[in-house]
Amino acid sequence: MDKKYCVYICTGCGIGESLDVDALCEVPKEEGVSVKTHPFLCSSEGIDLIKKDIADDGVNAMCIAACSRRVNFDVFSFEGCVVDRTNLREQVVWAHPRSEFPALTEEEKEDEENFDRVQMMAEDYIRMGMARLEQINPPEPYELETFTNKILVIGGGVTGMGAALDASKAGYPVTIVEKEGALGGFAAKMRSQMPVTEPYDNLIPPVVDSMIQAVEADSNITVKTETVVARIAGQPGDFTVTLKNPGEKHSFDVPYPLPEEMKFDENGKELNAEQQFEVYQQYNEGREDVLTLDPEGEKFGSVVLAAGWRPAKIEGEEYTHLGIGDSPDVVTNTQFEEIAKKGRIVRPSDGKEAKSVVFIQSPGKDEDDRDFQYCGAVTSMATLKQAKYVRDDYNDGKAYIIYQHMRTPGLAENFYKSMQQDPGIFMTKGEVIKVSKEGNGLAVEADNTLLGEQIKIKADMVVLSAGMVPETADNPVINLAYRQGPGFRDNDIFDWYADSNFICFPYETQRTGVYAAGTVRRSLTIEDSIEDATGAALKAIQCIESANRGVSVHPRSGDMTFPDFFFQRCTQCKRCTEECPFGALDDDEKGTPKPNPTRCRRCGTCMGACPERIIGFADYNINSVGSMVKSIVVPSEDDYDEPPLRILALVCENDAYPALDMAGMNRLSFSADVRIIPVRCLGSVNVIWIKDALSQGMDGAILLGCKHGDDYQCHFVKGSELASIRMQKIGDALSSLALEEERVAQKEVAIDDYDKIPEIINSFVEEIEALGPNPFKGF
Amino acid sequence: MATDNSTSASGSIMVVGGGISGLTTALEAAEVGYEVFLIEKAPYLGGRVAQLNQYFPKLCPPTCGLEINYRRLKDNRKIKTYTLANVEKVAGEAGNYTVTVQLNPRFINQNCTACGECVDVCPVDRSNDFNFGMDKNKAVYKSSEMAFPMRYTIDPAVCKGTECGKCVEACNYNAIELDMKPKTVELNVGSIVWATGWEPYDAAKIDNLGYGVCKNVVTNMMLERLASPNGPTRGKILRPSDEKEPETVAFVQCAGSRDENHLPYCSYICCMASLKHATYLRERYPEAKIYIYYIDLRTPGYKYEKFYSKIKEDENVFLIKGKVAEVRQASGDNVTVVAENAVTGEKMEQTVDMAVLATGMQPTAANTKLPADLKLNEDGFIVNDFEKGGVFAAGCANKPLDVVTSNQNATGMALKAIQTLKR
Repeated sequence: MDKKYCVYICTGCGIGESLDVDALCEVPKEEGVSVKTHPFLCSSEGIDLIKKDIADDGVNAMCIAACSRRVNFDVFSFEGCVVDRTNLREQVVWAHPRSEFPALTEEEKEDEENFDRVQMMAEDYIRMGMARLEQINPPEPYELETFTNKILVIGGGVTGMGAALDASKAGYPVTIVEKEGALGGFAAKMRSQMPVTEPYDNLIPPVVDSMIQAVEADSNITVKTETVVARIAGQPGDFTVTLKNPGEKHSFDVPYPLPEEMKFDENGKELNAEQQFEVYQQYNEGREDVLTLDPEGEKFGSVVLAAGWRPAKIEGEEYTHLGIGDSPDVVTNTQFEEIAKKGRIVRPSDGKEAKSVVFIQSPGKDEDDRDFQYCGAVTSMATLKQAKYVRDDYNDGKAYIIYQHMRTPGLAENFYKSMQQDPGIFMTKGEVIKVSKEGNGLAVEADNTLLGEQIKIKADMVVLSAGMVPETADNPVINLAYRQGPGFRDNDIFDWYADSNFICFPYETQRTGVYAAGTVRRSLTIEDSIEDATGAALKAIQCIESANRGVSVHPRSGDMTFPDFFFQRCTQCKRCTEECPFGALDDDEKGTPKPNPTRCRRCGTCMGACPERIIGFADYNINSVGSMVKSIVVPSEDDYDEPPLRILALVCENDAYPALDMAGMNRLSFSADVRIIPVRCLGSVNVIWIKDALSQGMDGAILLGCKHGDDYQCHFVKGSELASIRMQKIGDALSSLALEEERVAQKEVAIDDYDKIPEIINSFVEEIEALGPNPFKGF
Repeated sequence: MATDNSTSASGSIMVVGGGISGLTTALEAAEVGYEVFLIEKAPYLGGRVAQLNQYFPKLCPPTCGLEINYRRLKDNRKIKTYTLANVEKVAGEAGNYTVTVQLNPRFINQNCTACGECVDVCPVDRSNDFNFGMDKNKAVYKSSEMAFPMRYTIDPAVCKGTECGKCVEACNYNAIELDMKPKTVELNVGSIVWATGWEPYDAAKIDNLGYGVCKNVVTNMMLERLASPNGPTRGKILRPSDEKEPETVAFVQCAGSRDENHLPYCSYICCMASLKHATYLRERYPEAKIYIYYIDLRTPGYKYEKFYSKIKEDENVFLIKGKVAEVRQASGDNVTVVAENAVTGEKMEQTVDMAVLATGMQPTAANTKLPADLKLNEDGFIVNDFEKGGVFAAGCANKPLDVVTSNQNATGMALKAIQTLKR
């Protein structure tokens, strides 16, 4: 794009009072760029001024030196133009009030040794804004060559059927794959369901049958039973999926990445890319590479993973006191459900009517009030339901529930209350000590109950509340033909659920276009699973529509930019493929990355990772930030006897940048020697920016971004973590240049840390002051 | 003006309520490509979530999620937001509703740059409802640094109007219009999602728990504000009567919930909230002792269970199964909590510096009649009828939920709303 630049300086909101605007205007003028000032730039007159320049003079690249880009976003937006929002208000004048950073008096101005830190800062920011404008262009969306709006649903239980029905009702074709011979999943094995609306005193028939009928009657839904996913290749909007029978060996079964130890030869030397590919092919013998598309494969736009759960096993020493294995009449809740489904409840050992049943909610040893593994509130509710079976089957039936915590959250409390009214259902908190055979039946002993210190109950049957293990605990299920591997990464931190770490965005996974729903994500009741499925169907639809429009999905929803690679200079180091938090890249046998733009979330981690600096976005690239860094004026002893420090701050735009704005709003001040550049994510920080800063004499660099680790708050999952690894490595490089490692640091800043951020910045500046100026200054 | 942006009636969705559920439904639908009108009665979006200090179990700031949602909103021209807006009337049927919306005056126009000059000259104090009246702000105010839209508002209940007019003089941008009048707009939409949320149950209605009578009895939502860096105590938790740092704090679970005289249901979030509050206190005051009185600890699921296990290990947190019978004033400004241990039967009295009532959530619709043909259950939650379609409830308007489940539910309701448009 041919650019016609203009700088617009707003003098409102205290900018004009605080800064020497005439001097500020000299900055663009020196570069031959026109500059205009306005006392109220965001007013309609101010905007008209800009619009007139667009119309009359063809201005299309504007540096708006005014307030933060977080405000007046809609006002300073001009079709076909590139805009930089130079933040003079929140981060210059508000965060550096003249009461603390006095302007130079006329007298002081006469001595050239004096300088005005705040004015210097504003001038730098205008230089930086202008420099950035030269390096950015309006984005053009990525267009898929082929595109489909069909949704693949993995799992034919209530969740999968719910997702399929909901997507179909919105007009999207769906295929359900179910590994069993029929639809229905576990819900089809149930006798009854818990009531979810008034009245709460009776169980309701399962909804699963009517769902199966609805699915079968829906011409927009294709059902494939006894089918599993061999692999999903490609990218959202254009996935190529190979389906197969369970257990079948298929040439398009998904290949697995090479284990770390196989990447080295017998002497411990790392194999090169082509050698590794050869070993990888041997390791995955009989399976096509991830980049080979199945010519027979079916096309899908996005995926709902509704693979469900299996019952947790209750076995091992921890549970011997519960009698499981000793007596066939000690069963799990799933086994009990199967018995109940068959008819009246009878003992497995002898078929005798089970009129007295004890339900055990928690293992109950050593004063531990934990439930069995993988229990949610579902097991409490399922137990209430199963207690009701005993009562429904036998007028004189008795159900005993021994719990640590009765977990019937929300409106489910109504069902609990209703069951409490039943004179044949006895419930108590208690620790189960022992289940043993006694006479013809069983005896359950418990301590610390509400009915007394020690109780003993005679029972025909004992039911243990086993939890629900997500299918993803046993295998990846989705079988993505991705270089990073077939499953979700880091599922260990989620106890193997296909879960997200985000409270705000529950359907996000680390794989774009795959949305988990139902009990594969957390233990849920039937009703909650069906509800969960609706949301996953929406996300699947949204992903398809976003891919079709060539824009990013959450969190950079609507972003039209995507990473562009300059392949001629690629050295096949594979770092981009390995570091992408979303597995968006697959490299070929030589190690050259193949981008899959619709898998990409536009965080820029690949750009930060690339040592050759060949990856960039239209409006955010190595040069757009690099040129900002280079345009910062670094005063040296040639300029002043005691030149001020210059410190670069690369700041995550999601949380740390708003925190800085809020510090400004509260007039919380921090060092005026710091120059702030927002970045999409710390993961996008390329070390070249820091090297450039230090080699031009800047004294230090600080990265401010989100928390990492198991409880990461990084919106791009791994960005801040990867940045911290890179910063450790840069430390080594610095020491080889005889620069102290302490000159580069990364600090965690959450959005509500605005009261702490000045202290974080200032203490870093003090550390740099203690180290003294950068010895390269002035060279 | 308002209808300029509307497309054909069959293509638009209205979301009533701009809290986390409403924001989610609006954004999720708009990002599929539909036009959305987001209606919020308060001057700012964010609802209850904007008042929280941290989310459980991650202990991360809710403003982080709000920031990203606001950014999505800014970037999406398909959403038209109305604050200070009330739905007055809904006419028509699924697929074609005409909704009358009253737009109440903000008294501040779009010229506002949020510079804050007006606040410095405003002579009128008002009880700050955002902080549950624990401090005062001015008649011209914004709720917080995160307020969206980022523009001031004037509270007409306390503003002296043109007879004062100091703010008008102080404003350099002609942003203040003290004679601004309410307006009415009619919007045509195909479906409506009610995300009207919840209100903290009025603790004063629970006679035996001392709220409003004892000096240092606060509610769980008040504690959120006390812990927030932008709250009345700038994040220091101090007891209200004398600003003392509390050394002992009791939490009364099910304050009004699971109680036939108040809210018969379980409010879903209070157990996790109190455990989270224990972390707020323990982080600030390493010697503080925390007593939590509960009926059952409802911390289901692996994430919540892990959170609970971690807090259980803290020797200064005492978890007592027993319902609190009474909270009464003790000597000094202390309070005494009386409870019966459910397991041992022992009657216990504990005198503490401060007591926190874990009050439950009551749906907004329980106290405010919504102007639409909605089926409510007896507690005021809106019952969804997906067969009928057209109107839906999302989040806590539908049932008591935590934030993560509200978001889940609200995402799904975006699809239900879209389905109505496709019929």
